[in-house]
Amino acid sequence: MRPNLPWLPKRAFALTGTAVLSVGVLAACSSSSSSSTSASSSASASSSTPITIGASLSLTGDFSADGQAYEKGYELWASDVNAKGGLLGHKVVLKILNDNSSPTQVATNYTTLISADHVNLTFGPFSSLLTAPADNTVAHYGYAFVEGAGGAPSVFTSSANEADHNIFDVSLPIKDEMVPFVNYIASLPTSQRPKTAAYPMADDPFADPPVQLAQQELQALGVKTVYSKIFPEEVADYKAPADQVAATGAQIVVLGSTDVPTVSAFMQAFEQQHYTPKLFIAAAGPDQGAAFISVVGKGNAVGMMVPDGWYPGYDSASSKAVVNEYVAKYGGTASGVNADVAEAYSVGQVMAEAVAATGGTDNAKIISYLHSGVTLSSVQGPVKFDSLGENNASAAFVFQWQDGGTQFNQVLPSNSGGSVPIIATKPAWTS
Amino acid sequence: MAREIYQAIVDGILVGGVYALMAVGLTLIFGVLDIINIAQGIMVILGAYLSYELAARLHIDLFLGLLVTVPAMFVIGVVIQVAFIRPLRGRERTSMTLLVTYAIALITEGILYQVYGPSYRQLTASYVISSVHIFGFYLPYIYLYGFALALVLVAALYMLLYRTRFGRSVRATMQDETAARLVGIDTNRVAAITFGIGIGVTAAGGMVYGATSGGFNPNSGYDLISRLLAIIILGGLGSIGGALVASVFMLTLESLVDVWQPQWAIVVFYAALVLVLVIRPTGFFGRSAVRAQ
Repeated sequence: MRPNLPWLPKRAFALTGTAVLSVGVLAACSSSSSSSTSASSSASASSSTPITIGASLSLTGDFSADGQAYEKGYELWASDVNAKGGLLGHKVVLKILNDNSSPTQVATNYTTLISADHVNLTFGPFSSLLTAPADNTVAHYGYAFVEGAGGAPSVFTSSANEADHNIFDVSLPIKDEMVPFVNYIASLPTSQRPKTAAYPMADDPFADPPVQLAQQELQALGVKTVYSKIFPEEVADYKAPADQVAATGAQIVVLGSTDVPTVSAFMQAFEQQHYTPKLFIAAAGPDQGAAFISVVGKGNAVGMMVPDGWYPGYDSASSKAVVNEYVAKYGGTASGVNADVAEAYSVGQVMAEAVAATGGTDNAKIISYLHSGVTLSSVQGPVKFDSLGENNASAAFVFQWQDGGTQFNQVLPSNSGGSVPIIATKPAWTS
Repeated sequence: MAREIYQAIVDGILVGGVYALMAVGLTLIFGVLDIINIAQGIMVILGAYLSYELAARLHIDLFLGLLVTVPAMFVIGVVIQVAFIRPLRGRERTSMTLLVTYAIALITEGILYQVYGPSYRQLTASYVISSVHIFGFYLPYIYLYGFALALVLVAALYMLLYRTRFGRSVRATMQDETAARLVGIDTNRVAAITFGIGIGVTAAGGMVYGATSGGFNPNSGYDLISRLLAIIILGGLGSIGGALVASVFMLTLESLVDVWQPQWAIVVFYAALVLVLVIRPTGFFGRSAVRAQ
């Protein structure tokens, strides 16, 4: 039995304190929201009713690095639009909620944005994993769902999208991302073509389809598969699967990754095992600019490849302007600008064109317009949607870290404008 | 295939050492204070950030830096216990400590996000990427050093608990807090110091995790907590040595499953936990056995 101490006030204090603390922190972190009005210099914009655009982003949680980059991309776009007088003369106000990288929370957030906040338009979240559940809600309310990071095939073939056709992904369809890499291998003389390949994949709807397609096509070219396994994303440590890949001595490694740590862990384990693949391409990670380099180091980054539809050196006036604007606002270098920023900015551009063309924010008209076969422009290049909302006008490229890890260059397709010669054999690790 | 199995066993043992470093503090805190410290994951990450600060800014070696980070984390642990845990009394104490430690995890994560942002960090040193070649296997020095550190820490905690006057106070508090108080033990002091030690040793786990995980950010702690809880339950709640044995057992098992079907690795990890608990409900080194030592 506890001694009869005057503990009640302390307990009451603790209870109250804990409740306040928990509620406060939960309110601040788990479902935090931010509104960005991106102050406009235009008098006409400030005098009219704003157009509110809602988005749920992973500002915390597993996708926080990408989610915060997306937030910057959306804000840069809103800032630019408002500086030019807004949309149809209305100032743009972003309403962004944090989903903590949770597929459950993202659906709740879009319900809040549409039914409680009454936003006029919606922008997508980060990752295919969150776009699919979010669209169940967004489609239910009849909103157009313009997004840049939900490119997995399962997103477009979801029952909600097949019924409502409301998803529009401004980025490259991911399934075909590795095709330029496969074509490069096919272009090599048989004697110089790598003989073996390994395909470790994280269990993710974004990461696996392009790697599986690459495996299928490389096998058809006679490249022997020596490792092909899918490992859980929440694996305790990547050492075991990475060591298995290293033991195969595969000449090509095609890694189905979703983030920087996965790629970094494989690189580290390969270095520990004194194994350097001839070619190393990852579905995601090396495209994260400075965030990638700061973890793996400049020297080790050399030769690392990633497929994408955009890179900071992309030869377009609007892209260069956004890169310059980003560097001026957030610092760093052009090579360090995350591709997520361009994807998010493109979402805004496509929506803006649709609003301008339809003369308002009627989502039914916007959906109809975006399905009309019109070709739109974005910082990532042309955008043209098919019946399921995939951008069929986009082109797949492969990028590679070169010049001592200081340059992130387009290398494939080799005959495409802007491509520089590929580093055909990855240099040894330099740590 | 035989080579793959041997490699998997080696990997499991080495990674198990890293998890043991992260789990011993958790099991110590539970054993003495009956507190499930939900903030253990974020404390690991905090330890990794402290090591990062010393290594990146002051160029202090990662292991040498533990001479600073372990005491710093000890102080943080004592402050948390005195300010947030100690005031909790009564029947709801256990559930309240869950809430409080969860709140501490969220606050710490929020602060780390404010300071460092979401970008990943990585602890580097020459021994992080170099390895020694033994019996046909490359064994990374960082894992070998981490495993050795786990053994040293477990031994040191045993010495502390079973060979010192403070250890007797701790074990008396574990067995019966009221009785311990009646015989003159300052149980508040014991609780604060024990919580501090539990958080302090986590700094070592954070350092090795930060060097081997491929990158960490303020969110990385969430992936850890469920595994750490499973490990200390399997090892026997409160058992320091049990945490080490369970870490090696679980991670080796997971690594072996990884050879055949990686997607089943996590399922087998938790299935093994359930199976062992069905056969031996108190884990490898049950609580009663721990307290009777």
